[in-house]
Amino acid sequence: MSDNATFRRRGRWLTGGSVLLLCAWVLGPIYLLFLNSFSSPSAVTGFPKHWLPSFNLDSLQFFIEFQGVASALWNSIQVATLTMVLSIVLGAPAGYALSRFEFRGKSLFRIMVLMTRAFPLPLLALPLAVMYIRVGLDDTPLGLALVHTTLALPFAVLITFSLFSGIPVELEEAAWTMGCTRAQAFRKVVLPLVMPGITASAIFAFVISWNEVFAASVLTVQHRTLTAFLLTSLDVSPLPLKFAGGFVLVLPALIFIFLVRKYLFAMWGIANR
Amino acid sequence: MAEIVIKGVAKTFGAFTALHSVDLTVADREFVVLLGASGCGKTTLLRIIAGLESASGGEVWIGGRRVDHLPPRQRGIAMVFQNYAVFPHLTVFENIAFGLRMQNLPMAEITRRVERTAELMHIEQLLKRYSGQLSGGQRQRVAVARALAMEPSVILMDEPLSNLDALLRLEMRAELKGILAESQTTTIYVTHDQVEAMSLADRIAVMQGGHILQAAEPIEVYRNPAARFVGAFIGNPPMNFLPANRGAGGWEVAGLPVLGPESGEALEFAVRPEDLRPAAKGLPAHVKIVEPLGPHLLVTCDVAGHGFRAILESDTSVRTGDLLHLAPLEGRARWFDLATGHSVPV
Repeated sequence: MSDNATFRRRGRWLTGGSVLLLCAWVLGPIYLLFLNSFSSPSAVTGFPKHWLPSFNLDSLQFFIEFQGVASALWNSIQVATLTMVLSIVLGAPAGYALSRFEFRGKSLFRIMVLMTRAFPLPLLALPLAVMYIRVGLDDTPLGLALVHTTLALPFAVLITFSLFSGIPVELEEAAWTMGCTRAQAFRKVVLPLVMPGITASAIFAFVISWNEVFAASVLTVQHRTLTAFLLTSLDVSPLPLKFAGGFVLVLPALIFIFLVRKYLFAMWGIANR
Repeated sequence: MAEIVIKGVAKTFGAFTALHSVDLTVADREFVVLLGASGCGKTTLLRIIAGLESASGGEVWIGGRRVDHLPPRQRGIAMVFQNYAVFPHLTVFENIAFGLRMQNLPMAEITRRVERTAELMHIEQLLKRYSGQLSGGQRQRVAVARALAMEPSVILMDEPLSNLDALLRLEMRAELKGILAESQTTTIYVTHDQVEAMSLADRIAVMQGGHILQAAEPIEVYRNPAARFVGAFIGNPPMNFLPANRGAGGWEVAGLPVLGPESGEALEFAVRPEDLRPAAKGLPAHVKIVEPLGPHLLVTCDVAGHGFRAILESDTSVRTGDLLHLAPLEGRARWFDLATGHSVPV
């Protein structure tokens, strides 16, 4: 009896401790990033440290005005937007087909979709670069977006699959009996219902592209995305600039992921109702 | 005018045959109930008529027009689904108006029809709500109103009441019957609930294993089941069955000589529990359980090792352990071929 209670109390401590540790693991660096980005350059390198930033924008301002940042930012936005559009245009129909139609090799297809993530990108990088140079896609936003789309597509397919599966097929059938063609039923009934989820899935694809650095570094030279640019430039930059760059990079991803978290849970079958 | 004719409709899912060449004719304005246990093919048949499922063979005619190659929207039907399928992103008004907008009706006509059907289904005060704000019974009403507003020649209903609680189901059942009779549409209604079927139908088609075993008026299905399954499925408690032996002078059931059909086949004797009366000469029944149900007594007994139920007058004095002699009422005993399960006339 008391053994059991002790055991349970220990279990609670263990769970609590693990949660705390994991939170610290994620939030610690983000906090430091935040703290140092909003501190004056002298405070970043100085000692002792303060727990609260001085809300000095010098580092951030210097970073924004830094040669090449603006164009890299623009490239990142271009590539990420293209990735977002391509992932949804290709991924949503696949997700719909997976949820609504029975076809041979369906389960294999689902596994294959995931397996594409298991294929190491570095292995592909060199042949891809060579191929891109041949067809003229090298150093273009579209070329990089295509690679990012292959990275984002599995998630787009799985998220939209779970979205469409969450919509009773009877709603579509009811629309068909009420005078709709398949396409009309989709537009009038399914689309309004999945729109928030599709948006989330699109944002997720955007974030994947935004965060990706390896393919971006290999496949672009003049038209670097922000991640690739920072990787090469920040190495040789002063510390305040590194913090500012890291912060600018992390912030949109964090906000977006926070906004769409509900749908990311849904992807793994953990319904958040 | 919408007569529905189903000719040799079959459906296979891989190796599984859901429907074996089913024939059924539903007259204009008739209310036919497809009744059967789950998996008997009744919903599949309804979905084939609706065009939501394609048949593996056979023809479907609605109102003199062959429709089995047409999409649902061109069949002139409306359907009510078991889970209501009320569009969650539209208000009740827009749900009911949905089919009418698809027909490009003028706005005044749409409003008129929505208001009229809403009034008919007693949901006029809910028109501005969304389905998330409705109870199950209210959603059911919206689903029916939505079908009625289209003024279809055929309404198909797939277990429309089975998700409602018992009291509401009773209320909706009576209401549906009145409304559908007034709307003068041809109705096919799928259910597994025999009471629902008996109370609503002009005709009941009892299905089992992808076959229609019998399609007849409710009382005919009840009194003269065409197959053993029908007798066992309909009626609560169901029909009693006892093996019959060929004795010296004719058929014998549990040692009692009974007048039976002239047949060389092995037969089974059957009688409904309420068609039994205590008599001087009858089936010897050892009483196991006596349940006084108010209007009558439900007596569970053992006749020659077989379970047997009788519904007797509530003032019958009978106790557990008694030996009763139960005789079937004149003309109420039925006979079934033991091998095929078909009914055998006396």
